[in-house]
Amino acid sequence: MREIESYTMNFGPQHPAAHGVLRLVLEMDGEVIQKADPHVGLLHRATEKLAESKPFNQSIGYMDRLDYVSMMCNEHGYVLAIEKLLGIEAPIRAQYIRVMFDEVTRILNHLMWLGAHGLDIGAMTMFLYCFREREDLMDCYEAVSGTRMHATYYRPGGVYRDLPEQMPQYQPSKWRNQKEVDKLNETRRGSLLDFLWDFTERFPACVDEYETLLTDNRIWKQRTVNIAVISPEEAMAYGFSGPMLRGSGVEWDLRKKQPYEVYDQVDFDIPVGTHGDCYDRYLVRIAEMRESNRIIRQCIEWLRANPGPVMIDDNKIVPPTREEMKDDMESLIHHFKLYTEGYCVPAGEAYAAIEHPKGEFGVYLVSDGANKPFRLKVRAPGFAHIAAMDYMVRGHMLADVVAVIGTMDIVFGEIDR
Amino acid sequence: MAESDLQAIAASMGDRFGDAVSAGVSAIGELTLELQDPSRLKEVSLSLRDDEKFEVLIDVAGVDYLGFGADEWKTQVATDSGFSRAVSPEGGVIDKDAPGRLAVVYHLLSISRNERARLRVRCPDTAMPLVDSVVDVWPSANWFEREAFDLFGILFQGHPDLRRLLTDYGFIGHPFRKDFPLIGNVEVRYDPEKGRVVYEPVSIEPRTLVPRVIRDDNRYSGELTDRPSGADTDA
Repeated sequence: MREIESYTMNFGPQHPAAHGVLRLVLEMDGEVIQKADPHVGLLHRATEKLAESKPFNQSIGYMDRLDYVSMMCNEHGYVLAIEKLLGIEAPIRAQYIRVMFDEVTRILNHLMWLGAHGLDIGAMTMFLYCFREREDLMDCYEAVSGTRMHATYYRPGGVYRDLPEQMPQYQPSKWRNQKEVDKLNETRRGSLLDFLWDFTERFPACVDEYETLLTDNRIWKQRTVNIAVISPEEAMAYGFSGPMLRGSGVEWDLRKKQPYEVYDQVDFDIPVGTHGDCYDRYLVRIAEMRESNRIIRQCIEWLRANPGPVMIDDNKIVPPTREEMKDDMESLIHHFKLYTEGYCVPAGEAYAAIEHPKGEFGVYLVSDGANKPFRLKVRAPGFAHIAAMDYMVRGHMLADVVAVIGTMDIVFGEIDR
Repeated sequence: MAESDLQAIAASMGDRFGDAVSAGVSAIGELTLELQDPSRLKEVSLSLRDDEKFEVLIDVAGVDYLGFGADEWKTQVATDSGFSRAVSPEGGVIDKDAPGRLAVVYHLLSISRNERARLRVRCPDTAMPLVDSVVDVWPSANWFEREAFDLFGILFQGHPDLRRLLTDYGFIGHPFRKDFPLIGNVEVRYDPEKGRVVYEPVSIEPRTLVPRVIRDDNRYSGELTDRPSGADTDA
């Protein structure tokens, strides 16, 4: 019989389980993978180079588009790096708002991950369930920033504006009569905080629902248990972070270990896995959603009790309000200068890292004292994870590639930048 | 991350490597190690990993220092000819082959000690920017170095698979270098006559929307704040 040698196979870039535009060149021996060579960069937009040609504030919107399922966390990393160089700190209320929205974003991200990961390996229902809850959180984004995804809400020195006193209401239309609209608006009578509070009341039960469907599901376990096992040492050597590192049993969370904003004021736990396989990483992310829910509730309680400014009072960095601008010459000049030239950031370099839903999101900023960054380097957590793709899938079956892509929580916006 | 711990790391690296490494903690409390002798990168990396317990290489960033500190607009005096659109820098010709123009910046994280450090290596020869690869010290360097090669053209000696990563197949040039235009050199379109996608030189002009301005801001001069003057200017 003729000896069959290994052959190469193309996976993507148009494959529905490739989470965007990933081209994988797989060297196969039958169904077993010998080598995987991911070809990335199909979504490369040179965000870092674009940022070099714009004043600092104009690049915040680009950050949203990096990891486009955890928008505000990206902004957070960038804004923190600028604040570090400027030597400023956001007011305490703004810090609580940031923490709250970081956790909202974490839930948004993990829901997206759970839905897509489920769909990839055969759990269709998850996608619909997760998107039902995402809708409410998107509404929070919309209420606070005006957009459902690319918020541009965090600014150096605080957040763009205070939390709104009322939620947008549904209106009756051809497709929805008054009765249905009333039902939808039931939780939207109060402020954004009331709406979010109501969400946090409901959400743990929703997580229970997901767990009922998956945690003890025989098919789910067959697809994830003992797939892509990574030891703690390997995870560290490959630069893993976030749930990918914690799934291997390393208790490392920047929110606890190197706290930024008010993470040292809120109470939460770090879930860790034991085996470092896809199933443990699933459990870690599910547990993280519950912890995020806890953090959001603590933030809401604090924010309800403590009104205050959400932006620092420094017109050299923060533009004045419209009202001030209209009867104060000085404010008009500041406004003009900030929107035409921007502010200059003192020369130096800073690395700001935050615990992004996917791992460590770092921003390395080099400034030469100009109104634009000299160099901006975004450290995307997914980049290190997909770089270890070859290592993780070797010796696994073709179908496991999909589970590995899923467990890494790949989003090409941040990997390709 | 107490500053004294970072000072201790700086001191012990100084003891071990003498003049080859100069270390300092910046005003915002970040440890930066400057490698003065690029040929000793491997040694220094191994020492950082094994002696100083920096198990994780969190990031590798290429940096092109061409035109560092150059602005495009006069800020001190008024012009009599009006302001340009600032397409070209004001400061005359900048030497594109100056040694040390390209640098590689490694960001390290120690999980056991909860510290961060930054290691910077400047490539001595800009025309042939050669740096040792650290893939066998930290496996995560693999793709980070491929990215720096792709975007900056920095060559990593000993890298197992130094291919382009982010740019298109067949891309020419290193797009993140400062002398590479933001609009690129080629554009693509579908040619209905040829029945395929064709590459052509770009048809648009480069333009600057907001000029690069450097102002001496009194707030950072050290007189009004407790920040030391010119903090971090060694960058």
